[in-house]
Amino acid sequence: MSELTKTDPNSTANLDLDTPESQIETYLHHRAAPQPEERTYLDANELVLNMGPQHPSTHGVLRVILKLDGEKVLGTECIIGYLHRGVEKIAENRTYTMFNPYVDRMDYVAAVSNGLGYCEAVEKLLNIEAPPRAQYIRVILAELNRLASHMLWLGTHALDIGAITPLFYTFRDREEILKIFEKYCGARLTTHAFRIGGCLYETYDGFEQDVMKFVKFVRPKIDEYEALLTTNRIWVERTKGVGVISAADAIDLGVTGPVLRASGVQWDLRKAQPYSGYEKFEFEIPTGTNGDTYDRYIVRIAEMHQSLRIIEQAVAGIPEGPIMGKVPKVMKPPVGEIYHSIEAPKGELGYFIVSDGSTQPYRVRVRPPSFVNLQALDKMVQGALVADVVAVIGTIDIVLGEVDR
Amino acid sequence: MQDFLNYIQHSSQTPGEAGNFAWATIYILIIFTGISVAVIAMNWLERKVLAHMQVRLGPMRVGPHGLLQPIADALKLLIKEDIMPSEADRLVFWLAPVTVVITAFTVFIVIPFGPTHAVTDMNIGILFMLGVSSLGVLGIIMAGWASNSHYPLLGALRSSSQMVSYEIAMGMAVISAVLMTTLTSDGVGTLSMIQIVQSQDKQQTWFLFRMFPFGFLAFFIFAVAMVAETNRAPFDLPEAESELVAGFHTEYSGFRWSLFFLAEYAAMLAVSSIAVTLWLGGWMRPFPHWMAGVGWDAFFSFFPAATFLILALLALIGTVRMPKHPAFKIQKGGLGLFALVLCGIGILLLVPAVKDRIQDIYWFVAKVSVFMYAYIWYRGTFPRYRFDQLMKLGWKVMIPMGIAVLIVVAAAPAFNFVW
Repeated sequence: MSELTKTDPNSTANLDLDTPESQIETYLHHRAAPQPEERTYLDANELVLNMGPQHPSTHGVLRVILKLDGEKVLGTECIIGYLHRGVEKIAENRTYTMFNPYVDRMDYVAAVSNGLGYCEAVEKLLNIEAPPRAQYIRVILAELNRLASHMLWLGTHALDIGAITPLFYTFRDREEILKIFEKYCGARLTTHAFRIGGCLYETYDGFEQDVMKFVKFVRPKIDEYEALLTTNRIWVERTKGVGVISAADAIDLGVTGPVLRASGVQWDLRKAQPYSGYEKFEFEIPTGTNGDTYDRYIVRIAEMHQSLRIIEQAVAGIPEGPIMGKVPKVMKPPVGEIYHSIEAPKGELGYFIVSDGSTQPYRVRVRPPSFVNLQALDKMVQGALVADVVAVIGTIDIVLGEVDR
Repeated sequence: MQDFLNYIQHSSQTPGEAGNFAWATIYILIIFTGISVAVIAMNWLERKVLAHMQVRLGPMRVGPHGLLQPIADALKLLIKEDIMPSEADRLVFWLAPVTVVITAFTVFIVIPFGPTHAVTDMNIGILFMLGVSSLGVLGIIMAGWASNSHYPLLGALRSSSQMVSYEIAMGMAVISAVLMTTLTSDGVGTLSMIQIVQSQDKQQTWFLFRMFPFGFLAFFIFAVAMVAETNRAPFDLPEAESELVAGFHTEYSGFRWSLFFLAEYAAMLAVSSIAVTLWLGGWMRPFPHWMAGVGWDAFFSFFPAATFLILALLALIGTVRMPKHPAFKIQKGGLGLFALVLCGIGILLLVPAVKDRIQDIYWFVAKVSVFMYAYIWYRGTFPRYRFDQLMKLGWKVMIPMGIAVLIVVAAAPAFNFVW
């Protein structure tokens, strides 16, 4: 047994309060120490389990300190920052154009959405708008990216719950999306597909056909994932009623995206405050009712189908015309500040940009969906088992690059 | 040697029963080697089958189609640094993998590969088997405790509670199969593994179909419990990778870890062998009574040779289909050689003296390999149960079901109501 369990849990006398570790311990002891009548079974000491940053299913370098009574979770504490690269600080030393590729490195499985959000925010600051053709290209790529992000989520989430096969299926199909990205802009993951004011690249010959072929190809594949999981008894037992969060709690915590929608709140920024021409497309906002892991799974699967619908409409209605708006060579936005948010695959991705009139932003603050949604973890796993913690981390769909920035 | 050949050709007893220690030792060596080879083959097959289920190729580099991959892995494990955590309980840490391996292999003493092909025939064979295989959990608890680390401890606790609960259901199923041995004309039951199979022969049916559906239910309970007993997916909680990193063997590496690996696969083979012996007619060929006669006997006796010849043909097709590139020369030669070896074994199995003696073993191994395939299949298909759900399934579904089946199987003959 480690030192932690040997010492009296309520005593902080022998802890060095200056180190972050001991502060966490003290915090955990004070918060999660059960009441005297609720002492753990046989009055045994709690087990403090350190999960991560090197752990197979914390999706990167998340570190969770679990306080356990046997297998039951009494309290959790997320420790983040292992992937901190100071993206926001870097922005202050780069021009608006130069910072554009950096945003791809935040949520690296949905780089297109990051770029879309940033470009739109700067465009708003400059008071310009991308031409319609550029907006359609943006929508197609962003929705393809949403599919890619959800596929990666489904594969890893299923792997966490113990089903290893869906991972390979989703990666096989995600590959087709990445191939389209590669043909369009030369990069697969950190695409840097958009520029402030529009798109740099015109679509390649056969882009529309490729996208439509993919849409046709992927519909039965999504049914294939569903065949493996949706009615699978073990999958349903593992996800129904696990990690429940009520609509009120979700709103209080600022949770957005599929996690919020699974709790029954019909909130999608593409409908609520349309950007990039989303008001022209017909699609539904899938919502759940119970706010549990199963509903989040169903909501994301339904969202994949809705994304395919949007892609079909966008490809059918893509207008001719320029792809780059009138953008000054040297970007010097007027003094002021702007907050612009988009619906990224994981939730509301917002950029708050303060301009001091120079070529470089005075301050860029990113509101990442993963970071905010991760706060719900503690609420979701109260009283659950260790296996549920893994399932819940998976269902929130975090990317540590975005959490830590 | 002549003596030995004579013995295995004409004896009607297992070497253990005959008190023939020399031949018993040789049998033990053969079985030990056979199990080790089976584990190696299983390792390769699991990777390949799982890979093909998951739209990928699996190992392709070491040897043709990755055939030498398990050997390369074993070599790597052997030459790895032997790490023992400084906080570990050294003696128990050392003892744990040894315990697990010994129990996994001891079980094979009573497994009948044929009416005379067993090390020995104990009159309490099935009890011995259950008893020894349950000792495996001891090694797992030892490993978890001795590692002195959180993940192994949780894994070991999960493992022990899981094994203990599923053993009860397993026992119920086994008892109902043993009770079925009394349904012969003389009404004498038996616990001996060999006589259980012979009883199925006398009753002219597998216990799987006896008193349908109760024989089948008992088999089903056993088939589920044996997956839980061997800690395989979907019951692989003790070593749940995404939760407990590697469960009870998190702190183990190198050769010690490979012992756990060996024991896991040996245990899978052992429990599958029990299932085959109790419900699937052991070494008997399919339909020994319905398709009786010299003609059918001759027909079925060609199966072992045919299996190997078909495998050789597949390997040969693989050789021909290999890319015509100088870099594939060695791989091509290797696969060709492998085809040749398989072909050689196939032809050897056509020799009458071998052909007649290999029958029992062939059918037994064929039935066990169906279970082995199912194990891989489960792993490719199912998510993992949560701990409380696993317990619920064990105590609230499997055990009541086992008791119900046991009551029916025990009570029905008393009222002369047997089908």
